[in-house]
Amino acid sequence: MDPVRSSVKETPSEIKMKTSKKKRVLTKDHMLAIGFLTPSLILIAVFVYGFIGWTGYVSVSNWNSLVPDFSFAGFENYVYLFQDFRFQADLRNTLFFTIMFILAVIVVGILLAIMLDQKIRQESLFRNIFFFPMALSFVVTGVVWQWLLNPSTGVNLFLSKIGLDSKWYTDTTIIPGVEWGKIEFGIPVALIAVVIAAVWQMTGFSVAMYLAGLRGIPEEVREAARMDGASEFQVYWKVILPLLRPITVSVVIIMAHISLKIFDLIYAMTGPGANYVTDVPGVYMYETTFRGNYYANGAAIAIIMLLSVAIFIVPYLISSRKGES
Amino acid sequence: MKKFKFLSLFLVLALVLAACSNSNSSSGEGGDSGGSNDGGEGKLDIFSWWTGAGEEDGLNALIDLFKEKHPDVDVENAAVAGGAGTNAKAVLASRMQGDDPPATFQVHGGAELNEGWVAAGKMEPLNDLYEENGWNDKFPEDLIDMVSKDGDIYSVPVDIHRGNVLWYNTKVFEENGVEVPTTFDEFFAAADKLKAAGVTPLALGDKEPWTATQIFENVLLGQLGPDDYKKLFNGELSFTDPKVKESAEIFKKMLSYINEDHSSRNWQDASQLVANGEAAMNIMGDWAKGYFVNDLDLKVKEDFGWTETPGTDGMFMIITDTFGLPKGVSNPDDVKKFLTVLGSVEGQDVFNPLKGSIPARVDADKSKYDAYGQETMEDFKDASLAPSLAHGSAAAEGFLTKVNQAVNIFVTQQNVDQFIDSLDQASAELK
Repeated sequence: MDPVRSSVKETPSEIKMKTSKKKRVLTKDHMLAIGFLTPSLILIAVFVYGFIGWTGYVSVSNWNSLVPDFSFAGFENYVYLFQDFRFQADLRNTLFFTIMFILAVIVVGILLAIMLDQKIRQESLFRNIFFFPMALSFVVTGVVWQWLLNPSTGVNLFLSKIGLDSKWYTDTTIIPGVEWGKIEFGIPVALIAVVIAAVWQMTGFSVAMYLAGLRGIPEEVREAARMDGASEFQVYWKVILPLLRPITVSVVIIMAHISLKIFDLIYAMTGPGANYVTDVPGVYMYETTFRGNYYANGAAIAIIMLLSVAIFIVPYLISSRKGES
Repeated sequence: MKKFKFLSLFLVLALVLAACSNSNSSSGEGGDSGGSNDGGEGKLDIFSWWTGAGEEDGLNALIDLFKEKHPDVDVENAAVAGGAGTNAKAVLASRMQGDDPPATFQVHGGAELNEGWVAAGKMEPLNDLYEENGWNDKFPEDLIDMVSKDGDIYSVPVDIHRGNVLWYNTKVFEENGVEVPTTFDEFFAAADKLKAAGVTPLALGDKEPWTATQIFENVLLGQLGPDDYKKLFNGELSFTDPKVKESAEIFKKMLSYINEDHSSRNWQDASQLVANGEAAMNIMGDWAKGYFVNDLDLKVKEDFGWTETPGTDGMFMIITDTFGLPKGVSNPDDVKKFLTVLGSVEGQDVFNPLKGSIPARVDADKSKYDAYGQETMEDFKDASLAPSLAHGSAAAEGFLTKVNQAVNIFVTQQNVDQFIDSLDQASAELK
């Protein structure tokens, strides 16, 4: 309750009221605010934070069969996971998927946004075309790209004519494949196919963000740069891109939390893949919990995923709070 | 002003109350779906994962038969889509743990039933139902053992599938002058010949790893025989046994004859390779027959043939779908009525020809089944039964999940020692 009250107190009108009527602690506005916030606070407390707590509790229990067993297991489940081939592969895959995915979304997004910003004809048509994949579900994207990048059908029918066919998501190569723990560490080639599908779907979002950003930069700034003798490339590289930095931060945060939690695209498109080259924690969690009945292991994976997303989200929340005050 | 304050407070209270009463009524409904009205009026929801072409028809025919016999009972087909029941099992687990069991549900006989729901204390014994209907000598003894724990019977088998079947394209075999293999040596000789002729010898689609596990379990059965095979899962025989290692070597050798894009295919896609002659053989349960006949319009014996997987002549890798009575349903009498229809000759003969499986009863009407069905029914009578690992009959799901993981890694890495190690580690799961 405290954060609510204090945030309500901040508004200037409240402060004025307090000074005029010192005795009434709960003003009408207070009551209203508390009244309207309480139900959602209770619901979020139970259904978000309560369940996170419950998952954390299960993750340190011995509940690894159909029969719930809440005896304390310590960090056994976590230790098991970090020694497990499949989970190590998942961590590797998530790391490289996130890096490749975010980089591609940013680069392609900026390029398309700059092209759209050239005062072209039918701009809104192109904007819609690029944005449209966002309207699809990841499952649809997954099924479509599964066929497009299928090694025996799909684009390989064309590519093989020019001798360029690839094994796409069935490739088990890992570059460079250094031994690390139980796995080979490096970029799994099969993931590139998944990155292509994910980028196809999500780039529209970054295009829209960057386009809005570009429109927010006043024409005078570019003019000034040109007057100072900057070439068109320098205008973008030295002036426009630095000004787009806040947009990039937002895109990274939003894309990172999507890619760290990704499940549906992978599940529909490739599944765990041969030798777990396209497996991610979400898929592992689903299979181990609901097929293997390892509930505690599944809960531990969920907590690790939560923490990995928190690494991105928490600093963002802190900095945006600072920005507000 | 005061009025307004009260109004807003009232609004909030109303909201909170609405939220509470809402959750109350929904949990109340949850209880209802199990059938809270006693006296035969509760809804009978039949939970399964039969949503595929032939199996859905079979289930509907069965439900129609039941409605004919018991028009007063309200039946609901509560099937959940998804191959091999993976989604359905997740839904079932949450319903069972939330004490909201379906009236009856599909479960594979063997460990999935006994080590799963029976061990968890969620099932009612059905001994009286068996006695009432005189079923004890109508189902094979080995089969009744698969649905029993500690002397009590817990479910009624409705169909039998065979897991150790090698399917082949007859034209490809003829064109290349290949004989139907019965031993591993013959299999590899045939595979070499086919490979030299540019045909993929063995089709595999292991996008879902159980298909590869199924090949491995059939190799194990062929090498160990049914008795030692069963001992693997009750802890009497270790996975470090030399015969298991030998099986892993054979499995590895078989993997050198598979199609390259195996990890992008599911079992249907792999069967398709055999159907259109790109691949010669396929090891799959006999639901593949239904796919060949119904979906691909192939003719039994003319377009495709079958034999037992190498070394498993006279053995029967069994997968059986059964239905039981969960604890805590409020219309157990209706459920028993349904199970009675399910276990009757009439019920089994209306369901199985459509699904493409064979009946679990030994006295069913043979003329209703095709050539494959009749032959398999004959084999089933005398063969020694071995429960399938890949389909949860031999061992609990926890062990199976770990085996599937080990197999998935093995298919790529092909490191026999590491594979045996992971199997041995996983076997700690077997109680």
